[in-house]
Amino acid sequence: MSYVIPKESYTGKVLSFDFGKDDRAVTVGGENTLPFLSFEGQQPNKPVIAYEIQDCPPDDWPDTVKEAYKDVSGDPVAWAKHCQDVLNAKAIALRLLSTHPDRDDRSAEDAAKTVKDVLAAVDVPLVILGSNHIEKDSTVLVAAAEAASGYNCIIGKAQEGNYKTIVAAALAHNHKLIAMSELDINLAKQLNILITQMGFSKEKLITDPMCSALGYGLEYTYSVMERIRLAALAQNDPTMQPPILGDVGMYVWKIKETVAPEADVPEWGALRERGIAWEAITATAMLLAGTNLLIMRHPAAIETVEKTIGELV
Amino acid sequence: MALTGIQIFKLLPKTNCKKCGFPTCLAFAMKLAQGGVELSACPDVSEEAKKTLGEASAPPIRSFELGTGEKAVKLGGETVLFRHEKKFINPCALALNVKDSLSDGELAEKASEVASSEIDRVGQKLRVDAISVEYASGDAARYEAAVRLVAEKAPEAAIILNCKDVAAAEAAVKAVAERKPLIYGADDGNAEAMAAVAKAHGVPLVACAQGPEALSVLTEKIKGLGVEDIVLDSGAKTAREIIEHNTQIRRSALKKNFKPLGYPVINSVLRDDPLFEASIASVAIAKYASIVILGSIEKWKNLALFTLRQNLYTDPQVPMQVEQKIYEIGEPGPDSPLMITTNFSLTYFIVSGEIENSRVPARLAVMDCEGLSVLTAWAAGKFTAAKIAQFIKESGVENQISHKELILPGQVAILSGALEDKLEGWKITVGPREANAIPTFLKNRA
Ligand code: B12
Ligand code: SF4
Repeated sequence: MSYVIPKESYTGKVLSFDFGKDDRAVTVGGENTLPFLSFEGQQPNKPVIAYEIQDCPPDDWPDTVKEAYKDVSGDPVAWAKHCQDVLNAKAIALRLLSTHPDRDDRSAEDAAKTVKDVLAAVDVPLVILGSNHIEKDSTVLVAAAEAASGYNCIIGKAQEGNYKTIVAAALAHNHKLIAMSELDINLAKQLNILITQMGFSKEKLITDPMCSALGYGLEYTYSVMERIRLAALAQNDPTMQPPILGDVGMYVWKIKETVAPEADVPEWGALRERGIAWEAITATAMLLAGTNLLIMRHPAAIETVEKTIGELV
Repeated sequence: MALTGIQIFKLLPKTNCKKCGFPTCLAFAMKLAQGGVELSACPDVSEEAKKTLGEASAPPIRSFELGTGEKAVKLGGETVLFRHEKKFINPCALALNVKDSLSDGELAEKASEVASSEIDRVGQKLRVDAISVEYASGDAARYEAAVRLVAEKAPEAAIILNCKDVAAAEAAVKAVAERKPLIYGADDGNAEAMAAVAKAHGVPLVACAQGPEALSVLTEKIKGLGVEDIVLDSGAKTAREIIEHNTQIRRSALKKNFKPLGYPVINSVLRDDPLFEASIASVAIAKYASIVILGSIEKWKNLALFTLRQNLYTDPQVPMQVEQKIYEIGEPGPDSPLMITTNFSLTYFIVSGEIENSRVPARLAVMDCEGLSVLTAWAAGKFTAAKIAQFIKESGVENQISHKELILPGQVAILSGALEDKLEGWKITVGPREANAIPTFLKNRA
């Protein structure tokens, strides 16, 4: 018996799009193979990591990650510039968290102003995220999309309960769009179909099948992503071919492993490293499952995962 | 994986003589592939076909143990490429690499780190399973002494002899033979001699070559020399090589039934930066390694890697669950609080852990919701007011307590009204949404 490289040939391909402007634009997706299998296909674009920032101080972030931005996080513009200029961010994800009714319930106009200010201050591509409040997002993201008109951003997240207005806004202002569903491949597919039925091109969509942290449901996200990828490639299912988003930071930086001091759990070791490793490993697992765009928080975790990406492609 | 009907058909006499009771050889082959008949039903089958079909019925990836005793780790035996298809079976072993050129004191310290690495997570005891001693000194006597020392200080860990020098490896194997060390390993240059050592002592052997193709040639040679328990090192160093080689190896074994690569895989992920090493190790853990060799095992890193391994090796169809019952935490008296949750392991262990942290003795009623978390169970209609009421009534907890107050998870506050209707005479209290607020919540009540 002699060895033959066991290659799969797929009929399908992951779609790709770019976001951002001019020479700072970045492209995600476009591979015609399972992640990082260069022996059987091409993955023309590396996975991209966006630094997460928000429009209000990160009071509820644990110290490890709050500490990393302590001089800039009071002001989204300073924070964004810091990510771009000091940390060499390739992309930034601005979360309009203060608009959440349980936070500061700030208005859509306020949010639009923040978006404008951040866009004026940096030239790396921007992901614009709502506060994940179904009703509020449907007004906030509409205003944000308008404020960012012409900047070719990714906006989101459009979910089953609010996608119509958000899709219309992304369409009107020519943005890319995050379609988010809750850890179920059929729901992800259905939402993509509903969105494209509104005349929104599937080539401008990115699927967020919902992330989960290491130890807190990671395996579900991992398998849903793998199945989405297989549907896109092996079954050539066009509704599953948009690139995949992994919104890692917000799930990681709230669980006990990233918060509990070593004094309370000596067997878990140093808190700072533990938190950073938690985010880096969650993100690495997402990459292996097929994520094209990651949203992360800690600079050291991002740097590590970028190094891993460097070894992968 | 067994052969397909067509593959079996090619090995049959193709005379369609019907003696097997089937109209054609193809029909017989198809049935055989499904496991419905025995090959012996065909009287004319050749010796060669018998041999091939016999081999084909062996598991596609060989499985054997690393180490000995209760903490031995089962390697290999996997049957799928993706965990949604079927459960990944044997979680990979994690090993710490140490050089024999370290001082005795340093070696002892590292070995004790391995020996004391065990952590309990979600009811499972997880640990660094093995210690790999690297032959760096160039002195066989030193190597043997280092291996002995490490074996003594980590008495339950599996031992990997990271050594290509035959004489040094042989002396070390003899020194710790009862621990069944894994020799790491044989390459083109030393295969005959290493295979002889492995065979003589009945220990497994790593085959080391550059890339799957060269590796398949080497394993055939080693097998021909009488060693059956082989581990594969394809020379993968970068994350990309790890994914690519391991994928090719797993696919060859499972989809092509290619026996020369039907063995467990070992990956070394040593990096100077422990955090970076953790990220690369996760690539190996997720992508089919059976043994991962690490350069450092800080506690934070272990916790994260153990958790990843545990997550990926859970059964995708059946969430980890605990038994339905009233758990007593601390030593609750009749007036201690009663709380309720679902039987998803993770939920149970988080909540019971926080109740323990509060140092307030309490009862935790754990209800069977098929292993779903609180919100998932609620959304799936398994954690409803009616079902909770029935469970509480049937549990007999009423006879153990002097009050009638039930504390609900904050995430299902919405159930409290309906539950007060269904559980007559009970007071329903809504607890915090997140378990980490439980200690403060319980202390403030006390
Ligand atoms: C993993 C997951 C799944 C897994 C199941 C995992 C499992 N074993 O339960 C799968 C993929 C199967 C699944 C399926 C579904 N899911 Co689901 N799932 C999740 C997810 C991502 C994590 C759940 C989890 O593991 N949490 C961790 C555990 C430990 O949390 P917990 O049990 O709630 O316990 C915490 C607290 O409640 C508290 N606590 C627990 N007990 C107690 C007791 C007391 C007294 C107190 C004070 C506190 C307390 O402490 C714990 C830690 O803080 C959540 C979203 C999220 N990120 O939370 C959605 C989520 C729960 N799922 C949801 C839904 C809707 C579903 C489905 C109905 C829909 C679907 N997609 O098909 C199905 C239903 C399943 C079925 N069989 O029909 C929704 C529920 C929405 C809602 N509010 O109703 C969620 C919230 C998603 C969302 N909207 O964001 N899901
Ligand atoms: S007995 Fe053997 S040769 Fe005859 S039909 Fe059956 S399989 Fe073919």
